[in-house]
Amino acid sequence: METKNIMIVGVGGQGTLLTSRVLGGIITAAGYDVKLSEVHGMAQRGGSVVTFVRYGDKVYEPIVEEGKADVLIAFERLEALRYAHFLKKDGVLIVNDQRIDPMTVVTGVATYPENIIEDLSKKYNVIKVNAMDEAKKLGNTRVFNTIIVGVAAKHMDFKKEQWLEIIEKTVPQKTIDINKAAFEVGYNL
Amino acid sequence: MSEKKIMLGNEAIARGAWEAGVKVSSAYPGTPSTEISENIVKYCPDLYCEWAPNEKVAMEVAIGASMAGVRSLVSMKHVGVNVASDPLYTVSYIGVSGGLVMVAADDPGMYSSQNEQDSRMVARAAMVPVLEPSDSSEAKEFVKIAYELSEKYDTPIMLRTTTRLAHSQGIVNLEDRKEVPDKVYERDIAKRVMMPGNAIKRHLFVEKRLKDMANDAASFEINRVEYNDKKIGVITSGIPYQYVKEALPTASVLKLGLVHPLPRKLIEEFAKNVETLYIVEELEPVIEEQVKSWGIKCIGKEIFTVQGEYSANMVAKAILGKGTEFDAPAQAPARPPILCPGCPHRATFSLLKRLKIHAAGDIGCYTLGAVAPLSVIDTTVCMGSSISTLHGMEKAKGKDYIKNWVAVIGDSTFLHTGVNSLMNMVYNQSTATVMILDNSTTGMTGHQDHAATGKTLMGQSVKPILLDELCKGMGIKNVVVVDAYDQERLEKVVKEEIAKDELSVIIAQAPCALLKSYVPKGKCITLSDKCKKCGMCLVPGCPAITKKADGTVAIDDTMCNGCGLCMQRCKFGAIERVSK
Repeated sequence: METKNIMIVGVGGQGTLLTSRVLGGIITAAGYDVKLSEVHGMAQRGGSVVTFVRYGDKVYEPIVEEGKADVLIAFERLEALRYAHFLKKDGVLIVNDQRIDPMTVVTGVATYPENIIEDLSKKYNVIKVNAMDEAKKLGNTRVFNTIIVGVAAKHMDFKKEQWLEIIEKTVPQKTIDINKAAFEVGYNL
Repeated sequence: MSEKKIMLGNEAIARGAWEAGVKVSSAYPGTPSTEISENIVKYCPDLYCEWAPNEKVAMEVAIGASMAGVRSLVSMKHVGVNVASDPLYTVSYIGVSGGLVMVAADDPGMYSSQNEQDSRMVARAAMVPVLEPSDSSEAKEFVKIAYELSEKYDTPIMLRTTTRLAHSQGIVNLEDRKEVPDKVYERDIAKRVMMPGNAIKRHLFVEKRLKDMANDAASFEINRVEYNDKKIGVITSGIPYQYVKEALPTASVLKLGLVHPLPRKLIEEFAKNVETLYIVEELEPVIEEQVKSWGIKCIGKEIFTVQGEYSANMVAKAILGKGTEFDAPAQAPARPPILCPGCPHRATFSLLKRLKIHAAGDIGCYTLGAVAPLSVIDTTVCMGSSISTLHGMEKAKGKDYIKNWVAVIGDSTFLHTGVNSLMNMVYNQSTATVMILDNSTTGMTGHQDHAATGKTLMGQSVKPILLDELCKGMGIKNVVVVDAYDQERLEKVVKEEIAKDELSVIIAQAPCALLKSYVPKGKCITLSDKCKKCGMCLVPGCPAITKKADGTVAIDDTMCNGCGLCMQRCKFGAIERVSK
């Protein structure tokens, strides 16, 4: 199998690492070679964060490069814009319709771009999701990232049951049920 | 056992240490090395592990354990190697009894560091062999090989990693732990007491050791030739090996697992067999300069940068002249890291900003106090430097010059090396004001305990070192503990202590908002009818507050911890705290 390239981008603190753990778990369970690359340390403090996931028969490079991503999962609109050029021509962009102003916007040095999703849709195959609203409906905003995993799951090569199994193994014991429910919400959107 | 698991590079190093029979591990947290200790603790009680106050101490603990006859591990980030370099240079002479491995984690691209130094240069200077793995699987294997080599050649070994290796996950084959019998201790003063008469002899040993190892290295399995099309030959190691394989699948590759000392015979033979020889190594031309010094023609930093991380595309462009085509990146406003919502450092910094005070800064989350809109920190060099640089300013220009200055340092950094600097202030009659920003943890690296938190790495509850008592014990009269969120009192204390012509320490306390034990005080909400659009609440730069189109503000209830800093800033009662 040709190596598949996934990227997860967002703002430090949004929980992108949990998503990559779930991805890593399901890919390993399926028996593929896999490499995942994460950002720890200073950049995690509210900065722009990226996780790369690559899997296939044999994976060398642990990062996804510009123009190579099959799927780009963006937890925030501006981050979708920042990394969209990493997508392949026919790549899929899943974007959570949330706005988090960077300090450069708060202090007035920069302006948060308007119509990001509309503009990206002209160029890429964009799937928009409002995971925060969906999570609020479930009564727990912290599972919004699992909802995004549910949406992304439809664009990857694994069965729904496999995803649910990995979620059960990855998330804290007492949050298994709510995370499974969140996955279902995303999967059925 | 033949279980496979996906593991972070650092997790694999911890696993390798356990499998190798390591019994003692010591470290000070530092990105990208921290997760080694965070994972090694899972193997207790098979081994003992600890957080040391700094890397020098950690290194010496590992040396002691090795002298006592057991395999020991010490891990640190690249700048930690500088702190540990005093014992490192000399333990190179002494050698080992039980195997001794030091993990040095470099940070090309400076994701979380103040410089981009190459630890291989330090190892060369200290005459310490260096192993460099290229993925998680090798990380685990190389740790085990490092212990074999350490004991065989009577030398400490540096395992050099980079951020990309440390923080990438890959598949690892799990094996069992092999218990290694402790070496019997025998008194050997000539080997272990490094005074001139003994050290002169040991230096001769060290030179011979490196030569022997360089000769033997041609047959080390970790130095591997992969012949393919011989038009292009590449010598590489570590993570760049992965980029080379991705970019040049048909090239011949000499993959070095041992990057110091270099296997000269193997390199000479490889160079003869390929048409054009390239050297692909991140950061400094450590391999390249040596190869060139042997009269071998090769291309390296002529076409590669010494800065930042490489990639397959960069290798393809440099060597083949063509890479992947992709769309131009969009113009997106930058998103630099910032202090979290509810961070107590913001409370302290926004006050200092209001009082127009300059801060000599230090290493930690609070270095972000240098970033707009706070922009309070003027200087940051290295761990502990805030206190000593401020002292230097006073001695250069006199006590009045620092009347609008403080030194700011975190609790963990203070115990790391700040305490030495404070001793110097006491001894040499400083009149400065030092603020210890005590958030009860090592924040930036992901919340590790230290001597003042009352918990050890292994989870034991211990008597914490009391920072105020420690300062008083040095003879400092003015030591004041303040709640960082009590802005009124903090303002009064800062003004009073700065005005004094005596040394003062202000301990601004409030726990990190990301600590598991942190209980949010509620959440803040805005009452738009009372808002006068003055923007005072925005001044501290909390990411949870944004200005709406009509000029009033909104507070994101998922981000807000109800710290109340914005509420204290609002003169019109337009912000209220409610339960979350």
